[in-house]
Amino acid sequence: MSTEFHWSRKDLLGIAELEPEEITAVLDAAESFQEVSARAIKKVPTLRGQTVVNLFFEASTRTRSSFEIAQKRLSADGLNFSVSGSSLTKGESLVDTALTLQAMAPDLIVIRHAYPGAPQMLARRLAAGVINAGDGAHEHPTQALLDALTIRERKGRLDGLKVAIIGDIEHCRVVRSNIHLLTKMGSEVVVAGPRTMMPAAIAKLGVTVSYDLDEAIADADVIMMLRIQLERQSKMLFPSTREYFRLFGLTRARLQAAKDDVIIMHPGPMNRGVEIASDVADGSDSVILEQVSNGVAIRMAVLYLLAGVRQAVA
Amino acid sequence: MSLLIKGGRLVDPTQELDGELDLLIEEGVVARIGPDLEPGEVEATGGEVRDATGLVVTPGWIDMHIHLREPGEEYKETVATGTAAAAAGGFTAVACMANTVPVNDNRSVTEHILGEAERAGYARVHPIGAVSKGQQGEELAEIAEMVSAGVVAVSDDGLPVANSALMRRALEYAQHFDIPVIQHAQDLELSAGGVMHEGEWSTRLGLPGWPGAAEDIVVARDVLLTEDSGGRYHVAHLSTARALDLVRQAKARGLRVTCEVTPHHLLLTDRLVADSGFSPDVKMNPPLRSEDDREALIAGLIDGTVDAIASDHAPHHRDEKDVEFSLAPFGIIGLETNLALCYDRLVRPGLITLSRLVELFSTGPARLLGVPGGSLAPGSVADVTLFDPEAKITVAAESFRSKSRNTPFEGWTLRGQPVGTIVGGRPVEFPS
Amino acid sequence: MPRIRSLENPLANRRTILDAEQMQRVIRRMAGEIVEKRGGTDDLVLVGIRTRGVPLSEQIRDYIREMEGVELPLGVLDINLYRDDLSTVAQYPEVKESRLPGPIDDQIVVLCDDVLFTGRTIRAALDALIDYGRPRSVRLVVMADRGFRELPIQPDIVGHKISTKRSEMVEVRFEEVDGSCGVDVIETGEGE
Repeated sequence: MSTEFHWSRKDLLGIAELEPEEITAVLDAAESFQEVSARAIKKVPTLRGQTVVNLFFEASTRTRSSFEIAQKRLSADGLNFSVSGSSLTKGESLVDTALTLQAMAPDLIVIRHAYPGAPQMLARRLAAGVINAGDGAHEHPTQALLDALTIRERKGRLDGLKVAIIGDIEHCRVVRSNIHLLTKMGSEVVVAGPRTMMPAAIAKLGVTVSYDLDEAIADADVIMMLRIQLERQSKMLFPSTREYFRLFGLTRARLQAAKDDVIIMHPGPMNRGVEIASDVADGSDSVILEQVSNGVAIRMAVLYLLAGVRQAVA
Repeated sequence: MSLLIKGGRLVDPTQELDGELDLLIEEGVVARIGPDLEPGEVEATGGEVRDATGLVVTPGWIDMHIHLREPGEEYKETVATGTAAAAAGGFTAVACMANTVPVNDNRSVTEHILGEAERAGYARVHPIGAVSKGQQGEELAEIAEMVSAGVVAVSDDGLPVANSALMRRALEYAQHFDIPVIQHAQDLELSAGGVMHEGEWSTRLGLPGWPGAAEDIVVARDVLLTEDSGGRYHVAHLSTARALDLVRQAKARGLRVTCEVTPHHLLLTDRLVADSGFSPDVKMNPPLRSEDDREALIAGLIDGTVDAIASDHAPHHRDEKDVEFSLAPFGIIGLETNLALCYDRLVRPGLITLSRLVELFSTGPARLLGVPGGSLAPGSVADVTLFDPEAKITVAAESFRSKSRNTPFEGWTLRGQPVGTIVGGRPVEFPS
Repeated sequence: MPRIRSLENPLANRRTILDAEQMQRVIRRMAGEIVEKRGGTDDLVLVGIRTRGVPLSEQIRDYIREMEGVELPLGVLDINLYRDDLSTVAQYPEVKESRLPGPIDDQIVVLCDDVLFTGRTIRAALDALIDYGRPRSVRLVVMADRGFRELPIQPDIVGHKISTKRSEMVEVRFEEVDGSCGVDVIETGEGE
């Protein structure tokens, strides 16, 4: 054993509370799980008999599929519990949903919810381990971890890199987790986007703020483009997709400012021609599909570590 | 029937008194104050003598901003439970906001509230009427009618008077009755969707922010309107440094502009949303602000800009609060924690004197609302609060008389416990 | 059953069963037995179970190379994902890669591990192996067999059979992992 490190968390609610060693532990474990996905028989019996509920209050085909595949490869019994429609419509309260689930004695719950703090609320009430699969604009820890794994694979490290995150910094669900993770691991993070989508006091999270794409990506090792939600236009945040692309769309020409070996990331789904030009998205610098396959490995690692803690406690 | 309160520390800012003084009450009014008043005569005439050694004796405390929820939402609170909570919290009077169901925009609702208060008998209740019919923000409510039924101020609290023309007319019209117009200062567009103060913590938590400017803009507009109309304007639950500055400047210009602040805005900040793990019991309107704002409010207490402390006691049922932070209703309760919180966290550390606290919780509200109380000068109505400044309490919502439990102060250990109230010379008995 | 490194417990009562030199002789003998039982080296694949089955398999390979002039393919198996007790995860969060030298279909896999105890590790290793292919047969080689089997699993080749008490622990040390070589029995005082 190389370290004294022990994983002790029952839940993965956010990156904000993780120590760098914990982040490294998940990334290391995920690397081993990549090997499982590369086998002919892509399945190990590790979580045999474990019940995992995928509790999705918002549709998210990508994240849910990724978790489902991870569960299948670990032989866990996954159950999809989709709550259709917005929680704003009068339905069962989250507490009642939680109690209902509790009665089914799941081991782990993966939750996606529109509102920040919903996973915390579940974690406080349930014996099951809770994995946050995105709570509003708050945290989306497995996305940040899979991004980090992708960067580490390509760059061999996380410290000392310049990472530019471009787009809707205020509303995009992956931003905060990525900022926490990258700054904890020693990367230099620059965020850039329209002033109308830049949250108050974002600099307090340890990032440099820019309002200019070219400035932000200059000498960048990594560029993360964020999805622009087109419905935001109606909220006075930007006048048109055409104008957005003109200011913050990533094109091959503008990419020249970045380092030669820059990698381009995007959490998906992409709006081609809005935040990113197709030739950049499909170009050789793009690691967007690696992010997707790393997502499965990260989720396997997280399921594995949390299930272990739960068993040790039980 | 007379009542002699002996041996307590009597604090009355209106007479600049703070010392070991006895208080004699006769026929429901203050008869005499002095050192070592003789109990013999009181006892001889069948009166009562009460030993207040170790206690503080002050003019009765008035919470000028609470929600009793009756009529219409009796599952959250009633006049009876709310006033019992008030009495237990050391209050002899409360002023209740008009956002009931139906809205208190007419005589019959006002009379219903007063009738229930009379029946309960725990504390005086001063209803505040709506500014606009149905709090719709369009037409003036029948203010004269409500005033004749007992309303002491008007406010659409819960909602702002957003329409500038309506605000102007309200400030003008209310002058006929010399009552203040109390504004819930919130720009509804700027605060739209916001669930907490916009700043570092809303950014960290990814929660939609509610900028301080949403409050400041409304106060600024209203101060300008007051300057033209000459009316009396009062800012409810003022929460930002800049709004406080606007009030300070308005006062300096001689305008009749006043404000109240809440204990939670004086003691808590937006960071608590994170530290509490998104507890819906730290969600209120206006939201907890930044540390800079909090410090400015304390400075406003000290320099006299703040006229009153009020709880904005806003009961909500447990089931309503036990939801996602974003979906929870705004509001927390305060009647049963106000005194201990303010005494322990403002007076004991020496931020303000006990006399100033009495001003903020008694004299100020009485003067603002033009209601009896606020002074123990001979001839004043005998509304008295007694509390033990040394008694240690641990806040436990389960023991509240209020029907609701939504407090962010659960588990706080504080010094200062109300031990009794006297309303109109009569000691109040409230359910234990 | 988490293993406790004896270094963490200096007061433990330790007796040495094999010293470094004796251990080398035993491994050399085991290498010879493997070849002898097979009647050569055809289709043999050595697979070491992490952690201490790995240096054992390497040394066996070296001896076979020395004796037969043949370099046997060598693989590493991490059985963490195949354990029947998830509660060990918290203690050993690391999952290391399994690496087999090539397809194991129709090969004769020689599983190497340091200590054979309950048999649960070998059960897990067999499950893991099967996920990689279908070997013609699997043989088990262990440095020390200390008894107390909980599953019907027996070794084909044993370095040293030791009779122990439940409260004792058997430790096989390798230069590469532990900085020294030898086989010890340690009284932990934590018996049932």
